[in-house]
Amino acid sequence: MAARAIWKGNIKINSTKVPVKLFSAVSDKTVRFHILDAKSKTRVKQHMIDPESEKEISSEEIQKGFEIEPGTFVILDKEELEALEPEASREIEIEQFVPPQEVAPEYYDRPYYLGPDGDTTAYFALAEALHKQEKEGIARWVMRKQPYVGALRAEDGHLVLVTLRNAEEVLSAKDLPKPAGRAPEKKELSMAKQLVELLKGEFDPKDFKNEYRERVMEFVEKKAKGHKPKLRLVKSKRKTASLDKVLSKSIEALKKKAA
Amino acid sequence: MPRKKRTTKSRSADAENARGARPFWSGTLTFGLVSVPVDLYPGQRTVRAPLRMLGPKGEPLARRYFSEKTGRDLEDDDMVRGYEVDKDKYVIVTDEELERLAPEQSRDIDLRRFVDLQSIPPLYFDRSYFLAPSDGSEKAYKLLAETMQKSDLAGIATFVMRGKEYLVAIFPENGILRAETMRFADEIRSPKEVGLPEKKKLPAATVKKFETLIKKNSDKHLSLKELKDEKTAALLKLVEKKRKQHKDIVEVEAPERDQGKVIDLMEVLKKSLAGKRKAA
Repeated sequence: MAARAIWKGNIKINSTKVPVKLFSAVSDKTVRFHILDAKSKTRVKQHMIDPESEKEISSEEIQKGFEIEPGTFVILDKEELEALEPEASREIEIEQFVPPQEVAPEYYDRPYYLGPDGDTTAYFALAEALHKQEKEGIARWVMRKQPYVGALRAEDGHLVLVTLRNAEEVLSAKDLPKPAGRAPEKKELSMAKQLVELLKGEFDPKDFKNEYRERVMEFVEKKAKGHKPKLRLVKSKRKTASLDKVLSKSIEALKKKAA
Repeated sequence: MPRKKRTTKSRSADAENARGARPFWSGTLTFGLVSVPVDLYPGQRTVRAPLRMLGPKGEPLARRYFSEKTGRDLEDDDMVRGYEVDKDKYVIVTDEELERLAPEQSRDIDLRRFVDLQSIPPLYFDRSYFLAPSDGSEKAYKLLAETMQKSDLAGIATFVMRGKEYLVAIFPENGILRAETMRFADEIRSPKEVGLPEKKKLPAATVKKFETLIKKNSDKHLSLKELKDEKTAALLKLVEKKRKQHKDIVEVEAPERDQGKVIDLMEVLKKSLAGKRKAA
């Protein structure tokens, strides 16, 4: 079943425009639970209350404030907040093209597919050109009153736009101290390298299944039929021998498996 | 799910901060037969300038669950988790059941495969975490980080954390292990599922035209100013202006829990990496 476009716009590189439609690339498979009132087994809702008086405050009475000091708020009214919203636009402005490794994994947020909106030649030509040049475009656009920065990429011949997190949201390892403790020895390093080499392979996401999700669903279905499946107790475990002994044992075991 | 403990009176931003002081999850990272006990911390902040909901007199409000049927406010203990099997018919599942459903081996992050980090398509990346050594695992931790750093590899694993299974890529950054959770293959749609047309034959000249455009606008490096949060900056500027003008400022009695309790995520991580965090 074809998905519905959630937004339409134009990719703009200098004065060149490519009309596109935007689709979500994610189909969330998380098992969805509802929060229920334990007594009546019915749905719950949320509301805002004044914790002192325990009284409900209706949405018309709610104001928004920014806490500048504990207990001190600057109130921002609706007009002021609206004035902060970016101007609506249909343009996905490309600011620069960079090598993909310039964008660290922690910046990528939500992926979207772009589809052609009319001019299919320009759409596929841009995807092809991005692929050939091995580049990602850094894009800015405004969608549903929110400003976005994203990475425009080619994936298997189609255009993908992945939203990027703000620099302020991402914690950098560069601001953190290196972990304490002594440096590994040469012998350990060479054995660890050997071990990692033995486990090296291609990234194929299809090799990794969400088995737990299936187990939860199976359990729910059994319970729905009135069964009460037995579940094992969780044990905690641990503790191992010296590092180089474990390393050499691991290498041996893997080599045996490969042979 | 209301699994995080909530104080009876109110819940606010500081509750979130207090949670940050403890690892989000503690477990074991394994490669081969080597096991490395680790603590997992968030690698990102949510919002920089959260706005609080206030009442007509400026009093901070609290979010509460209430029963749709009886209208009564509910505490954590008054609520359960249910899966809707039919309209208004639910199967109740407890935290304990969810925990017991995870097979023993799924509780470790077992690095079963090492791949070139650059070969992972970015549409898989979801959320970012840091791993810190715990229980005296510094040596094995450093060994793994250094080995991966030298080969520019990421370790791939699946594991169950807080009632959910994650696909994760572990890789070093500046000697510290990052854990990026990823979407599973069946959570990424294919272009065909979305209904995108298939690629057609292209005039070489059009492709060339775009290649020229790309080259002309290319830079070696991503400029970090591109990733600045301008909307928040504008909001903070407005707040500052109003503060100076003493306009629309309300003072309420600051609840005691607010004082000196704001925990900086960065500080917690620093302590943890220096081996100063006491094992719980």
